[in-house]
Amino acid sequence: MSAGHDYSGVTVAGPRERPVTDPTSLHTAYLLSLGDDALVYAQRLGEWMTHAPQIEEDMALGNVGLDLLGQARALLTRAGEVEGRGRDEDAMAMLRDEREFRNVHLVEQPRGDFGQEMARLLWFASYQHELYTALVSSADETVAGVAQKAVKEVDYHRDHATQWVLRLGDGTPTSHARMQAGLEAVHPYVAELGEDFAAARWAAEHGVGVLPSTLSDGVNAYVADVLEQATLSMPDEPRWRARGGREGVHSEAMGYLLAELQHVARSHPGATW
Amino acid sequence: MYGNDFGPRDDAPLNAAETADYTQALQEYFDGLIEEDSRIEPRDAMPEAYRKTLIRQIAQHAHSEIIGMQPEGNWITRAPSLRRKAILMAKVQDEAGHGLYLYSAAETLGVDRAELLDKLHTGRQKYSSIFNYPTLTWADVGAIGWLVDGAAIMNQVPLCRCSYGPYARAMIRVCKEESFHQRQGYEILWTLSRGTEAQRAMLQDAADRWWWPALMMFGPPDSGEKAKDGHTAQNMAWGIKRFTNDDLRQKFVDMTVPQAIKLGITLPDPDLRWNEETGHWDFGEVDWDEFWRVLKGDGPCNAQRIATRVAAHEDGAWVREAAVAYAAKHAAQEEVA
Repeated sequence: MSAGHDYSGVTVAGPRERPVTDPTSLHTAYLLSLGDDALVYAQRLGEWMTHAPQIEEDMALGNVGLDLLGQARALLTRAGEVEGRGRDEDAMAMLRDEREFRNVHLVEQPRGDFGQEMARLLWFASYQHELYTALVSSADETVAGVAQKAVKEVDYHRDHATQWVLRLGDGTPTSHARMQAGLEAVHPYVAELGEDFAAARWAAEHGVGVLPSTLSDGVNAYVADVLEQATLSMPDEPRWRARGGREGVHSEAMGYLLAELQHVARSHPGATW
Repeated sequence: MYGNDFGPRDDAPLNAAETADYTQALQEYFDGLIEEDSRIEPRDAMPEAYRKTLIRQIAQHAHSEIIGMQPEGNWITRAPSLRRKAILMAKVQDEAGHGLYLYSAAETLGVDRAELLDKLHTGRQKYSSIFNYPTLTWADVGAIGWLVDGAAIMNQVPLCRCSYGPYARAMIRVCKEESFHQRQGYEILWTLSRGTEAQRAMLQDAADRWWWPALMMFGPPDSGEKAKDGHTAQNMAWGIKRFTNDDLRQKFVDMTVPQAIKLGITLPDPDLRWNEETGHWDFGEVDWDEFWRVLKGDGPCNAQRIATRVAAHEDGAWVREAAVAYAAKHAAQEEVA
């Protein structure tokens, strides 16, 4: 024993994991995973407005962002209802801390160039297309309702990304190189979209949701087809890959994103806007 | 054969349509349309000065829509609620749409958008100077809707009856959407007026900063003694302008002051008072030195606005070039097939 210290009877051994098991929390967490993906990506797309390559594209990216924001609002509202602690969409968006956000890392990454954005949108919209197609029959009626509307929206988002990936991939040598670089840049973030997590397992078992891993084949097939037509190649398996977003473990970019998203709302506690 | 194998003297007409007779006929036709208050359409002959004036005005208007996206876009990521964020994104998107119809209206006069954008980027064409002021708080988003869109609509409603058809039609649609934006802006401020002390202070501060720049949006004085300066008289004769700057400014003040009273705020003009006799609100002198200074480039955001626009354009050049190359490649392939 070291001098002067007696640790007998002190418990410092903690659990390796802290699994959440109650249905309300799992259901809420699943809804947050859907809503946060949409909210956080809408936030990044909002940054594009006035910075896009042409005015039509300012409008198009704004449109995609608005669709996602609409999905987020419905899903966060529903998450608040299921949680039952009186939190509305704004309490969910503005007053949660970073560790409570359940989005994937892909959507929180800072804005890159337009090629990188189209790579991100192609993957994300392809994922959401498979996702919402499956969620149309969710046992959670709000989720089913959102999915019915959103599946048409994300069909357009996916097509928009596809049209640009084709043009950039099969455009000029510069655009080809930059589009390929964009695909490489987002690739480490793609696998997380198809990764199962505890809340999704609960949701899939209870007919509320779907296991992300079951969506991957459809997503990969769609993207692979677009890349082939665009004369681009699917990036190699990346050396590292993002993980942890669904459990609230994010990349460093997330804190800054939330600081910007939340600062006015948090500076005026209790205010109505 | 159309080769240059024969050369007329430089000053001689080559055919009758190059004679003064024809020019005179065109002018009479144009004057007739103006006289009967009909619309001039792109197919109609029009005096060169009329065409140039319209290009300048429509381009400046289009540029204002595009540059105006910046001060509002500045708050998209920070809007205090998701509903406000959605409304603001939709609004900025509408401004982009207005820019597009206006560039299309200008294109009917024989210029193209790329040429006009180039003039904007190189400072050869202007945009509304109001957008050279910064949006510093959330209340500024409301103030832009209330005052800036309000002033813009006051200017634009008469343009719905402008003599040039494509511009008049674009204005009908633009005014409808702007009116919606103005209401949204007022509603932002109305909500602040009933909010916390900090929100009310934010509202007052925004009104203090935006009031005078909004009055400047109508342009310098152009009635009475000043009527002989500037373009007002000619533009009125051409049916491009229907009211003087001063008339529009007074109408705006008369319409807006009661709205400020409802918000429970003051406006930063000690001379502002109701004139029983005239039935109008009297107001103090606009600081025209500030107006000219900002117009000439020395405003808080002039350099920033253009730098942002130019950066977006230059950063996007490779994307636009790729779209052109792709279209050409695929058009060629379709021809082969």
